[in-house]
Amino acid sequence: MSDMNLTLHIWRQAKGTAAGAMKTYQVKGISEHASFLEMLDVLNEQLQEKGEEPVAFDSDCREGICGMCSLVINGRPHGPDAGTTTCQLHMRRFKNGDEIYVEPFRAGAFPVVRDLCVDRKAFDDIVAAGGYVTANVGSAPDANAVPIPKEQADRAFDAAACIGCGACVAACPNSSAMLFTAAKVAHLAHLPQGQPERLRRVKAMVTAMDAAGFGNCSNHYECEAACPKGISKDYIALMNRDYAKSVFVAKDAKAGSDGAG
Amino acid sequence: MSWFVSYVRSSVGAKQLMAVTGLGLVLFAIVHMIGHLGMFSGRNSYNAYAHFLQGLGGLKWIARGGLLTIFVVHMLTGISLARANAAARPQKYVVQRYTRTTFYARTMALTGLVVLAFIVYHLMHFTLGWIQPDYFHHLDDKGRYDAYSMFVLGFKNTGILISYLVAVTLLCLHLAHGAGSWLQSLGLNHPKYEVITKNAGPALALILIAGYLAPPLGVAFNLIKL
Ligand code: HEM
Ligand code: FES
Repeated sequence: MSDMNLTLHIWRQAKGTAAGAMKTYQVKGISEHASFLEMLDVLNEQLQEKGEEPVAFDSDCREGICGMCSLVINGRPHGPDAGTTTCQLHMRRFKNGDEIYVEPFRAGAFPVVRDLCVDRKAFDDIVAAGGYVTANVGSAPDANAVPIPKEQADRAFDAAACIGCGACVAACPNSSAMLFTAAKVAHLAHLPQGQPERLRRVKAMVTAMDAAGFGNCSNHYECEAACPKGISKDYIALMNRDYAKSVFVAKDAKAGSDGAG
Repeated sequence: MSWFVSYVRSSVGAKQLMAVTGLGLVLFAIVHMIGHLGMFSGRNSYNAYAHFLQGLGGLKWIARGGLLTIFVVHMLTGISLARANAAARPQKYVVQRYTRTTFYARTMALTGLVVLAFIVYHLMHFTLGWIQPDYFHHLDDKGRYDAYSMFVLGFKNTGILISYLVAVTLLCLHLAHGAGSWLQSLGLNHPKYEVITKNAGPALALILIAGYLAPPLGVAFNLIKL
């Protein structure tokens, strides 16, 4: 296969408070081996040569592990492939002459900063509300000092694979952050270290999620389909269960603080 | 009680309220369907069933009050969730492609509200007797209120039959999503009964659509006669 020419429709917005609009660009000679972000780099070089503002988009590791890249490509977060971040999406997935729509992750809780960059601070707020264990830090404990059954460790790891990119929010018809929050809740809920604060944690994190202005889950499961790390919707059920426990079972229901669950 | 108020105002709590009230409505819908299937067992036993329900007295009013309450709670919570969810994405996508959800899951508020309008009409028809008042006061030969003939005469009317078919179809679309979704909302999931969580909605919707449509169609095709 040879290089391809593409028509891009890209959301341009000078800053958060400015009005934005889709703008159309042509790019030529894109290698099928380029990643989607490299294709945008080529576009930006062309724009800069013409003295135009380059398109702002986020990226960092470009190897699918940091969660920084975003973009809704032809209506799907991180593009058409399952289990793939935008930086790992390759142009061989497209054909010469294709039209591609590129938009930012859309949610009121993810305001656009510029063009395709959105502010995902709301996720930090959710984690800051309880996505940790309160423990004295000393020297690192011996490996395997705390025995954890293999299945539990696997399930904790599957949840911990979340890179916090926000594709779940972008894909959800309701802009709900349930899958992200559930992954953070579940990864500690599967480990012994997470037990003492388990119910306090779920209550605080759900409260922070609601305060950030995300929508509510309607069990559409678009989040699971869009997640580049394949986080399961079953973690949402676990979070729902634990949240009910934090309200109806925890001794100090008001603070939801009796950790025993 | 402030803890309960903040629970039902939270995203997870509001969903669990939808699940519990929705489940209550589903159970009623199943019992109500079984009652209607009694039309196939003839005038005598159908009227006996209606007579039994009428004779429940205080219990009947408790059931009606409970049903009305969960209905109102389900409806108000559903509308408030639907509005909050629409507001959570102020700027819509130019192109958005769904891969997992269904059209019936995305139209829950719409199908719910149309079903509500139908239920009001349905009560005006068969409970209050406002729609076809002439058919509402028949007595059978045992002197009981003749619910059987009211049913048959009612569904001889094509307009009523069609409105009923449409409403039942919409209800079943609502339940195709809802009747499985409540399990996830309440956190009741496990690989062992994943087949139930996955298929309960569509399966129950099919059972209900068949069960609800059979008696009126029985009338239309003269299997159930006066
Ligand atoms: C009064 C009119 C109704 C309205 C406005 C309404 C609205 C809704 C909405 C918007 C949802 C989705 C909630 C969400 O996932 O965000 C829902 C769920 C549901 N509805 Fe209704 N509904 C109505 C009537 C009914 C009736 C008559 C039944 C049963 C016979 C029913 C059973 C359910 C069930 C089982 C759910 C699933 C709850 C869950 O996902 O946990 N609804 N309803
Ligand atoms: S840039 Fe790090 S995951 Fe895509």
